[in-house]
Amino acid sequence: MKETRNWTWHIVAGAFIFVFLGLHMIVMHLDDVVGLFTSGVGATDWESVLGRSRMSFFAVTYVLLLGAALYHGLFGLRSILFESNVGRAWQKAINVLFWLGGLCLFAVGVFQAVTTFLHANAAVG
Amino acid sequence: MSETRILEVVYRVRRFHPEKDEKPYWQEYTIQVEKGATVLDGLHRIRETTDPTLSYRYSCRMGVCGSCGMLISGKPRLACNTQIEEVLIQGNLVTVAPLPNFDVVKDLVPDLAPLFEKHRAVRPHILREGDALDPEPGTEWLQTPQELDRYVQFTYCIRCGLCMVACPTFATDPEYLGPMPLAQAYRYIADSRDGGFETRREIAGTAHGAYRCHYAGECSNVCPKGVDPARAIQLLKREFVLSYLKVIRHRGKASRSEGPIAGAERKAGVPEAPAYTIEQKPLT
Repeated sequence: MKETRNWTWHIVAGAFIFVFLGLHMIVMHLDDVVGLFTSGVGATDWESVLGRSRMSFFAVTYVLLLGAALYHGLFGLRSILFESNVGRAWQKAINVLFWLGGLCLFAVGVFQAVTTFLHANAAVG
Repeated sequence: MSETRILEVVYRVRRFHPEKDEKPYWQEYTIQVEKGATVLDGLHRIRETTDPTLSYRYSCRMGVCGSCGMLISGKPRLACNTQIEEVLIQGNLVTVAPLPNFDVVKDLVPDLAPLFEKHRAVRPHILREGDALDPEPGTEWLQTPQELDRYVQFTYCIRCGLCMVACPTFATDPEYLGPMPLAQAYRYIADSRDGGFETRREIAGTAHGAYRCHYAGECSNVCPKGVDPARAIQLLKREFVLSYLKVIRHRGKASRSEGPIAGAERKAGVPEAPAYTIEQKPLT
């Protein structure tokens, strides 16, 4: 059951990444064609970046995308390491290390997304 | 009368006697066989005319029992189901070796005990209510043709082990259940008469179970019966995931037949089934 749970969330995270990374590619690299969230200028121009940073949709999406990417990537790496037929003790150590490392990286990313959102709104407000 | 064509072929056979040889070695035999002869026919010819010490396993000679699996010209095949002409390399050479990924008993005879242990582990029979067997054996369960279609393809497995040999994951992870047991786990999970989903999930839904499959697909390529174990494993994963997400619920949902089934009356001239030779008791 544990592996089923882990693997299911790995797949769900993969699907989430596919959709929201796709959105990122459309916003950042098809700005001349689609012009989504670009404030009428280039996707990397200051006005566009500030405009997106003020939107709670992007703040939430960044946090979710970060969580999905970390889980998907670290679970994939864990699977590769486990498939080297490492012993039980190493498996436990890898699990603990990846959980702690993943949570630390997630905390840093969330702090970054939230402060960007707050500063962007304060700058305009 | 059609003309019988004679082929002269060279068999390069992997030999190993664990009590005499330090390591396996190749031995060549030149034999004459008729067009249409199978690799098993060639092995019979060698043993009857040249070398009676050559050991190999076979039984039915018609691709049903799954006993004569070998590595023939580099690919896992049934010796009885493979014509010599199909597997000639370098002109007239056939190489025959025991199935890899298993220990060798002698020459071309692999020790398939791990295969059957893994098969037994997935409880390859109808379970009712979790881990219990059918409490009333001998009575009928109703099943629609559509319900039968869900798993019937996977019942054609003859447990020959060719899929286990072709699987690159099984080659690197001895604990991996392997394509055959996983396909059989799905075969019973997909059966509407079965109620052992949770029991099999504990065995097959593990890191060395269905999730270890990398979908190389070679198991399906070599299967002599067209069972497609790779597909079964993907369907098994889907069942586990959908059940975890509570999209589907698993429980044996077939019901008992209460009297004769409409349209299934015995035809005239079809004899009754013989009486049981042992006393039938409900399982407790």
